[in-house]
Amino acid sequence: MHRVRENIYKWVFAIMAFASIVFLIGITITLITQSLPLFREITLKSFLFGREWYPTYDPPEFGIFPLIAASVFVTFGALLVCVPLGIGSALYMNEIASYKQKSLLKPLIEILASIPSVVYGFFGMVIVAPFVQRVFNLPTGLTAFTGSIILGIMATPTVASISEDALSFVPNSFREASLAIGANRWQTLIKVVIPSAGSGISTAVILGISRAIGETMTVLMVTGGAAVIPKSFFQPVRPMTSTIAAEMGEAVFGGLHYNTLFAIGLVLFVITLFFNILAEFISTRYRLKLGAGR
Amino acid sequence: MKKNRMSQKIGFFVISLCLIATLFFMGTILYFITVRGIRAISWEFLTKPPSGGMTEGGVAPAIVGTIYLTIGAILFALPLGLACAIYLTEYTPKNIIVKILRVSINNLAGVPSVVFGLFGMAVFVKFFNFGVSILSGCLTLGILILPGIISTSQEALTAIPQSLREASLALGASKWQTIKKIVLPSSLPGILTGVILSIGRAAGETAPIMFTAAVFYMRGYPNSIFSEVMALPYHIYGLMTEGTSPEKQTQIAYGCALILMFFVLLISAIAIYFRHKQRRIQHG
Repeated sequence: MHRVRENIYKWVFAIMAFASIVFLIGITITLITQSLPLFREITLKSFLFGREWYPTYDPPEFGIFPLIAASVFVTFGALLVCVPLGIGSALYMNEIASYKQKSLLKPLIEILASIPSVVYGFFGMVIVAPFVQRVFNLPTGLTAFTGSIILGIMATPTVASISEDALSFVPNSFREASLAIGANRWQTLIKVVIPSAGSGISTAVILGISRAIGETMTVLMVTGGAAVIPKSFFQPVRPMTSTIAAEMGEAVFGGLHYNTLFAIGLVLFVITLFFNILAEFISTRYRLKLGAGR
Repeated sequence: MKKNRMSQKIGFFVISLCLIATLFFMGTILYFITVRGIRAISWEFLTKPPSGGMTEGGVAPAIVGTIYLTIGAILFALPLGLACAIYLTEYTPKNIIVKILRVSINNLAGVPSVVFGLFGMAVFVKFFNFGVSILSGCLTLGILILPGIISTSQEALTAIPQSLREASLALGASKWQTIKKIVLPSSLPGILTGVILSIGRAAGETAPIMFTAAVFYMRGYPNSIFSEVMALPYHIYGLMTEGTSPEKQTQIAYGCALILMFFVLLISAIAIYFRHKQRRIQHG
């Protein structure tokens, strides 16, 4: 009797544990089935590499190349901000900060990482965009440049926090050995600490990329929204995420436009999946390198 | 030797500059939102519904809506997440199952929030026909916060010393009794930390509720889980992109942004304070 009840509990937990797999598979199936009708009309190639995005014209054009280009553009710009700032802050916390400073800075950075993206988007719209417009004398401040900056600032605490974890996993004996043979702190940092934490730091950067590509509200609010292939950082663009968010409201349920937005979701899903698996792969190898106990 | 000392000075200066820039940008955001938002906040702002075509009145329905959505998401995600964590740490399934579960949890955590919105719309709103409703929104947000709840619960459970479990089992308690009477009570603070963090996350998400739950304006308050709902993050977006008097609406949006930001920062400060305290206790 007792035995049976114990087994039942075990199975209940096991079944509930599989919920996350069910959801992940559910998301995959939903994205595929909802975007299939599109590929009966147009080829995958003309979808991914088509240069015209006019979903509401007659006849409509569903080429998402401008949207992909915009996402890549804005994400790249964001990396230029969040990689130096994030890793620099992590290095400061790990190498320069006193114990007291660090125990204040680390939680502070983690807390700042929780500010909702819509707040960043709002801030970008009311403060940064007018500033960018004035300084660079542009017709509008809502540009890829503005989006990159806001997105970069937003990802900085995350990159800083994960990089700092990676740096603090480097055994102190590594540092001591380097200092003992006469290297100064900077040389130790560049030649010993950073290379040993390298895979952990690259995991942080990859997760930053993944977050930036998938981020919706910030880019929706500050990049302007013109679906053209970007030629410069100072023009409005429309990344994939903001296209979905902005156009889902007007797309007819079950129509081709609706299917296309799901297909964009599928593209996003595949891209972020790729980056997450890459990050997972690197961090697993890294754990092995520094000893499985870490 | 002199060159080395020079490069160390420059290197450390650059690093310090990075941190200062980060703190400066963050400070700027906090400063502008706080200083301009505080002007909008009043008792009326917190307790009255919008009026005058979104240019006057308060944002009470949006605050209430965000509370409903957040609570619903936790109610859905906590049992699932906790069960998953218990299964992984207490019943230690075969290695391959652990691996599959870990990979899918990690990948679910990386799915862009707007994709959760698409999934929620296709499955909850349309397929199950819940419509644009609190229920659809809670389920969608629940899936989004599930990975976070699992990993924090797991961390809390693994921190319990094995000796506690062994002592309980040695006294003749069954596995389930041990979990219920020993493991869960002692890991409760850690689990709660995860819940608090998830509250902050769920309250601030916009993209997942855009097509599943939120509306820019509704009359009165929601009266069932099948009602549409107003929500603070979506309200900020709506105020900035819809409507006819941008200036007055921006002022209201500042107020909403301040409430949302203050709430989320407070919540995560509490959670992170507790987490650091617990970790310090564990690591001595």
